[in-house]
Amino acid sequence: MFSGFMEHAWIIGSIVAIVAGVVGFFVVMRGAAFPAHAIPNGAFAGAAAANLLGINALVGLGAFSLAAALGIGKLSRRGRADAVTALALMLMLALGAAFLSQSTEYEPQIFSLLFGEILGVSTSQIWPVAALGAICILAVTVLYRQLLLTAIAPDMAAAQGLRPERIEMIFLVVLACATTMTVPVVGALLIFTLMIGPPAAARSFSDRALVALALSVVIALITIWAALACSFTTNWPVGFYVGSFSAAWFVAGRLYAALRRTRGSRQFRRANELSLAA
Amino acid sequence: MHFIFEPGFFSSEPVHIAFVVGGVTAIVSAIVGVFTVVRGQSFAGHALTDVATTGGSGAFYLNISPLVGFLGAGVLGAGAMDLAGVERLRGRDVATGIVLGFATGLSALFLYLDTTKSATTGVSQQILFGSIFTLDASTIPLVVVMSVLTLAVVFAIYRPLLLSSISPDLAAARGIRTRLVGILFMLAMAIAVGLSSIAIGSILSTALLIGPAATSLRLTKSLCNALVWSSVMGVVTTWLGILLAYNSYYWFPSSQGLPVSFFIVALIFVAYLLSGVPGLRRGPDRRELAVPSAEVAPAEVI
Repeated sequence: MFSGFMEHAWIIGSIVAIVAGVVGFFVVMRGAAFPAHAIPNGAFAGAAAANLLGINALVGLGAFSLAAALGIGKLSRRGRADAVTALALMLMLALGAAFLSQSTEYEPQIFSLLFGEILGVSTSQIWPVAALGAICILAVTVLYRQLLLTAIAPDMAAAQGLRPERIEMIFLVVLACATTMTVPVVGALLIFTLMIGPPAAARSFSDRALVALALSVVIALITIWAALACSFTTNWPVGFYVGSFSAAWFVAGRLYAALRRTRGSRQFRRANELSLAA
Repeated sequence: MHFIFEPGFFSSEPVHIAFVVGGVTAIVSAIVGVFTVVRGQSFAGHALTDVATTGGSGAFYLNISPLVGFLGAGVLGAGAMDLAGVERLRGRDVATGIVLGFATGLSALFLYLDTTKSATTGVSQQILFGSIFTLDASTIPLVVVMSVLTLAVVFAIYRPLLLSSISPDLAAARGIRTRLVGILFMLAMAIAVGLSSIAIGSILSTALLIGPAATSLRLTKSLCNALVWSSVMGVVTTWLGILLAYNSYYWFPSSQGLPVSFFIVALIFVAYLLSGVPGLRRGPDRRELAVPSAEVAPAEVI
């Protein structure tokens, strides 16, 4: 279980879990679940385009996810953000379908882009993912306060002269960066699920931002490790286990929060949310 | 004449079916879509297509009717989303994401089991992109009946739905059971989306749900007008897209046409961008219909 091709899977899985745990925490805090789904899914059109033009798939993925992030950020200022995100995703999927219709080989490629090939990772794929992941973590560390403050207390952020649109735009680019390198390795499905489930659960378990952030990473790591182990044993897809375990964590978190709420600590939560941002 | 309509367009059986099914699903999607956009549930509307396709791949594995799979999974998914988080807008998106992640995980499992069970390829391709040109004439009555049912539900709860979409607090104060209205609407949306994703593919399903609705809501302030404009736009873009896709078989020397979904989505996207041009809007400073936003909701903290 820990040798040969599985060794790479363990390493890359851990890297992806750490990045997803950190970036996902901000996704959940900022309510950016839809863009987090749309950007990696839409990026597949980039791979299809690259395939048609005969260039490196990563270039296509990067270009399309960046274009998606910038497009969603720009159009959201003048319209409903969720409708704009849906339209942007549909445009990219439709472009992808158009590219695919002009090329000859597609079926396995779509499958692997959506569901990933974590068991087929090579050594040369590890370093780029690690480097890009480090950049993303660095970016959200630097912007930690701004990202949280604009999400939790927009009034306070405005009073301090922060520009929410710009912060949102930067965050979407970070999201694009975090997903581009991981999509060909683990698939759009796995990265999205890891970005939502563990952080949402962590947020239910703790009101303190830093504790929740650390918990989010820990839960993401446990999820991917358990998923890899189960997948190795049963031969079922990794994505299925990641999806199920993430949902289970979320339910556990909600139950815990409900239990705690009945003991009456509502006032605390508001106070904590504000103090962590200030 | 042949410049606009390539030969055989009017006599082709697949084109007739595509026109009928496409038109009917476009109208239902457009009407349900207006409420979806006003309620800020675009993500749920999109996620339901993926949940429905999970049902499709599950039905393929279990050897039951795909329609039962699509609709059943959609209704289950809508219920789960509603149960997991409906009170807070931000929390709702996360809950939708959890259901979506779980459903796609199941999808991965079913597709894996499908391929081990038989050597069928092309399943994920077909489920994802669908094709309006490969529909069977026998699907028409079913599509029409389900569409009428969905519209009946929406119009039966029209007034409470309208009020609770625009101002949940006011609706609650008037004694409307907003939770019940919300669940009923989610179910109607699930059926509309499941139906359209099996008929025309999941890309077109979301595009027809959100595109015409979001565009018409930018052009008019009245919800009634928005419903009409949205339906008209949905049908026109669908039919135009079918025409262009049919013609596109003659554009390339390889006779490899472009997919219908590409044309319809492209038309919808252009229309949406055009509706944002200030001169086209009626009135200089027209704000969009009020949306219950995360920032103003006082229930955020609880």
